[in-house]
Amino acid sequence: MSDSIYELLRDALRAEEPAALATVTAGPTVGAKLLVRPDVAPVGTLGDPDLDRVVARDARGELESGLTTTRHYGTRGEAREHEVSVFIESFAPPPRMVIFGAVDFTAALVKAGKVLGFRVTVCDARAVFATRARFPDADDVVNDWPDRHLAKIGSELGPRDAVCVLTHDAKFDVPALVGALDTDAGYVGAMGSRRTHADRVARLREAEVGEDAIRRVMAPIGLDIGARTPEETAIAICAEIIALRTGRPAPSLRDTDGSIHG
Amino acid sequence: MKEVLDDIERWRADGHRVAVARVVGVEGSGPRDPGATMVVNDTGEVAGSVSGGCVEGAVVEEALAVLAGTHDRGVVSFGYSDDEAFAVGLTCGGTIHVFVEPLDW
Repeated sequence: MSDSIYELLRDALRAEEPAALATVTAGPTVGAKLLVRPDVAPVGTLGDPDLDRVVARDARGELESGLTTTRHYGTRGEAREHEVSVFIESFAPPPRMVIFGAVDFTAALVKAGKVLGFRVTVCDARAVFATRARFPDADDVVNDWPDRHLAKIGSELGPRDAVCVLTHDAKFDVPALVGALDTDAGYVGAMGSRRTHADRVARLREAEVGEDAIRRVMAPIGLDIGARTPEETAIAICAEIIALRTGRPAPSLRDTDGSIHG
Repeated sequence: MKEVLDDIERWRADGHRVAVARVVGVEGSGPRDPGATMVVNDTGEVAGSVSGGCVEGAVVEEALAVLAGTHDRGVVSFGYSDDEAFAVGLTCGGTIHVFVEPLDW
């Protein structure tokens, strides 16, 4: 017996594989479904092969941008008609947060990142610090150099993903930033004082990183909310990630001056 | 949907029938985005949510009616402009459209 659409969707969600579920919410076939996944044929039908074809195409597009929306069609998939309403729900894999540096702020940021739904990776070259026991909430704990790790996963990072560099150590954070700025990650932040960052900018220029790329770095990391503890700093970082994504004018430490801690 | 999978699976394993309610549209200010999902089993147990709590009770009733076969699967809407605004409206002033169906697919 073949799996039902629900079972196929359930398995995709559990495996964190992308899927889009199209459901007719108004029209002649209310409740009819089409499950659309990358690289495999759609499963199910909305009641008409032409409608299925058009909706599958639209669903793949929605899935790529992680959008969930209701679209309207004619009964055979015609555009600009409103006989059929189709709710296309995208189940994109969770966004990723890659944290470089297994320091005392890291555990709090892992927790906050999990609350926001990120798949969180902690990466540190020092095996004694990068242990699963220290970061039980992380999805992955990687013992590697930042540039080497980014060479492996960098091409997977996109606008929904965040890279947070907490190493505080130029020998790790400059290669981490050079690697991160070479990805399409929507958020790149680096911890450290304003003086540390001025020094870091000089090192990034020496590494021939362009000025536009350097401007992408949110540093000092986080919103200017007077965060003191690791937990407060984690919230300031996560709030900055949200604000950058939504484009709302929240005061980033990068754009203010004065003391970082309240 | 993902956050209610464990509940769905437990209910299915116990032989319960399940209704799925999903937000399919939001106008104006709404508490949850499209895709927010609540599931209800045939004994009235609930997991997940479709709003900040404003309309959950009404959605459970609709889900049970759909499971009982007294209502067809379809969209129910809740909003400030609704006749029932004082009973089950959204306090935030928006309108949400919720698609309620049995999990028979």
